[in-house]
Amino acid sequence: MANVTKNRPLSPHLQIYRFIPTMAMSILHRITGGALYFGTVLVAAWLIAAASGEEYFNQVNWFFGSIVGQIILFGYTWAMLHHLIGGLRHIMWDLGYGFEKEFSTMLAKANLVASIVLTVLLWAVVLIIR
Amino acid sequence: MDMRTPLGKVRGLGSAKSGTEHFWKVRTTSVALVPLLLFYLGFLVMYAGRPYADVVSALSNPFIATINALTIIASIVHMRLGMEEIIQDYIHSEKMKMLVLILNSFFSLLVGGLCLFAALKIAF
Repeated sequence: MANVTKNRPLSPHLQIYRFIPTMAMSILHRITGGALYFGTVLVAAWLIAAASGEEYFNQVNWFFGSIVGQIILFGYTWAMLHHLIGGLRHIMWDLGYGFEKEFSTMLAKANLVASIVLTVLLWAVVLIIR
Repeated sequence: MDMRTPLGKVRGLGSAKSGTEHFWKVRTTSVALVPLLLFYLGFLVMYAGRPYADVVSALSNPFIATINALTIIASIVHMRLGMEEIIQDYIHSEKMKMLVLILNSFFSLLVGGLCLFAALKIAF
């Protein structure tokens, strides 16, 4: 009786299925969520620096103003917007709407497009008014 | 044969012993975070890299300070619950799972505590 559970058939996993938009966005939702989890360290560093005085702030802030910092920040805003729009899809499903195959596939694609467009738009607007 | 009544079955709130609490907290914080983060992202992109005086004066504005604190609280609760789900999905050893779940709580509270302290220190 010892090894009964180990010999049970496994349910099919990722590699069995064809890669489709809803699946890709589901995976991306989790990846962006995980990335944002660790990205909070950057926000924390910035806020703590601002609370710690000018000298310390200038060091941290220099990094955020640098090209590498700006690229990371750009990626952070994209991850956030992508996860946020994905969250809106989840709320829609929780309310019982949008389960139709074509519609959910269309929304999955729209999620990616909208997150990229909004990120570029946000940065463009900020660069113009800054 | 299960002799329990339907009421008796739900009283224990399932195998996780917390019913829909996890799900509900994730959704509540996510709804709160939609407007909060849209504002916060704009603020962050706008002020990252700006001079100290500008940043501190913006962060000490009562409206922005409140948004800042609320966004930190909702984000920390949401990210802790989200990571909890990832850990429960992928870590199968019970001891390792417990350890990583505790680390998740510690990390979230530490980052949240630091952000909140900093936000309030600048604001007051």
